[in-house]
Amino acid sequence: MSFWQDPIGFLGEIIRNFLFNLLPEAWATFIFTLLSVVIVASFGLIIVIFLIWVERKIAARFQDRLGPNRAGPYGLLQTFADIVKLITKEDVVPEKADKLTFNIAPILSVVAVLLIWAVVPFAPGWIGTDLNVGVLYIAAVGSFGILSILMAGWSSNNKYALLGAFRAVAQLISYEVPMLITLMVPVLLARSMGMMEMVQDQDVWFIVLAPVSGLIFMVSSIAEVGRTPFDLLEAESEIVAGYHTEYTGMKFGLFFAGEFLHAFTVGVLFAIFFLGGWRGPGAEEYRLLGMVYLMLKGFLGYFIVMWVRSTLPRIRIDHMLALNWKFLTPVSLSLLVLTAILDKIYGETALRIPALLAGNAVVLLLGYLIMRAVSRRQTKERPTFKKRPVAKPA
Amino acid sequence: MTAEQGVFIFTSFLTLFSGYMTVTRTNLVHSALFLVVALFGVAVIFVLLDAGFLAVVQVLVYIGAIAILMIFAVMLTRGNVTDEQESVSPFFGWALLLAALFAFALIVMLGQWQDVAAQAPALSAERNTVAELGAALVSPEAYVIPFEVASVLLLAALIGALVVARPQKKKR
Repeated sequence: MSFWQDPIGFLGEIIRNFLFNLLPEAWATFIFTLLSVVIVASFGLIIVIFLIWVERKIAARFQDRLGPNRAGPYGLLQTFADIVKLITKEDVVPEKADKLTFNIAPILSVVAVLLIWAVVPFAPGWIGTDLNVGVLYIAAVGSFGILSILMAGWSSNNKYALLGAFRAVAQLISYEVPMLITLMVPVLLARSMGMMEMVQDQDVWFIVLAPVSGLIFMVSSIAEVGRTPFDLLEAESEIVAGYHTEYTGMKFGLFFAGEFLHAFTVGVLFAIFFLGGWRGPGAEEYRLLGMVYLMLKGFLGYFIVMWVRSTLPRIRIDHMLALNWKFLTPVSLSLLVLTAILDKIYGETALRIPALLAGNAVVLLLGYLIMRAVSRRQTKERPTFKKRPVAKPA
Repeated sequence: MTAEQGVFIFTSFLTLFSGYMTVTRTNLVHSALFLVVALFGVAVIFVLLDAGFLAVVQVLVYIGAIAILMIFAVMLTRGNVTDEQESVSPFFGWALLLAALFAFALIVMLGQWQDVAAQAPALSAERNTVAELGAALVSPEAYVIPFEVASVLLLAALIGALVVARPQKKKR
């Protein structure tokens, strides 16, 4: 195994040999594992510094501005300046706040996102831990994110924070339903819940086999992150800043960084589940290339998130819930059943792609027709008022 | 002492401590948060037993549901979530006696069981435990009937909740 084919594996082997020669086996294993955990976790934390710059730059372009361009070349050092500012700010804790809960919540919100990176397959053989229940694990650690928002909102002892937290829980728990159901579609197609197997099985990208599922996954993930158009949890014109109203300095920074990292993680997960993960020409041979492919595909997903964010306005809370329960959930459920049946019948034949594509198209069309009929009926039932004579100026 | 034993001892103490705190706190939200720690400790013990699937489901189902529990705690208690009364029931002594009896019976029964200290056979790495579990849940020789009965029960509960919560239709 040469350096260029597998740089991380190569360096890892050197460090491993060094540790095992120096220390007793139990300690060496412990330190080596700890080292790998630190590397995977800090990858996420370091990339977020870059992500904030990317997002501000691209959002600026969407709005016909230049974005940060003063600190460093192309404003690259802007985020570092912001970090220094956030760290030097006074740390204010409200007097009536629940101190411990208040301080744990921002940490938990970042940890909940970082935990997902433990099962992200970067390249062949490069994965934190290849759990055989990887997909379920992603769903499980998501519940810590919800918990952290609720903890932040409740412990602030501020009614706007609490309202924001309640909205957050209503939204996140609702959108978890279609997200988890659509995640079952790639699991069905790959016949495995392990992340590595999921990528290895995508000779045909799953976006081709399940385009509508991919779309629903993207929409419900944006809602899970709580970004525009689903940013009701921090709607500043209604509830100040939502659950993080009372947070200052770096504690607010942690919520902020957690959100950005989560948005990028969503892009990466979309790439893994629907765009073939690290697969691409030469990725098996040169593993670094696989990681480059994954990051490129992840940034494509992240770009869609940013695109939606700077294009659409915030939706109303009843629309948000209706979209989830009356459209996304039924469509994703019927897609799951249809995919299971079609993949069982045509899974091994050449008809697999056209059959699944046709199934997706039919479900989307039916969903659209039902939605249109319902919305027409609702328009008809809208209360009408008697026409009154218009006051005319004398 | 191996590292695994160290983790087990630490987690057990943490789980027991959080369980104790859960039932003794007067603040409902604190109780719920300690319950999270206790349930997470159980998940860690599942991991130590090589039951990854169970651990993940434990986190997903139980800790995921705690958020809802906390909302109810806040919404039903209005403003001050702290209960002024002592949260320990007056029947504490009887409960303690019963629990001690059960623990004693359990220890005696386990003591008579010969395989209690036996080492479980190691699973081979190739076995796909998740796939086997899935097949067992829908296989007629295994658990298909309990599985289906449970789903029908849950569906009935779901429909029942909808019927109760549904607003009455006004007569036109």
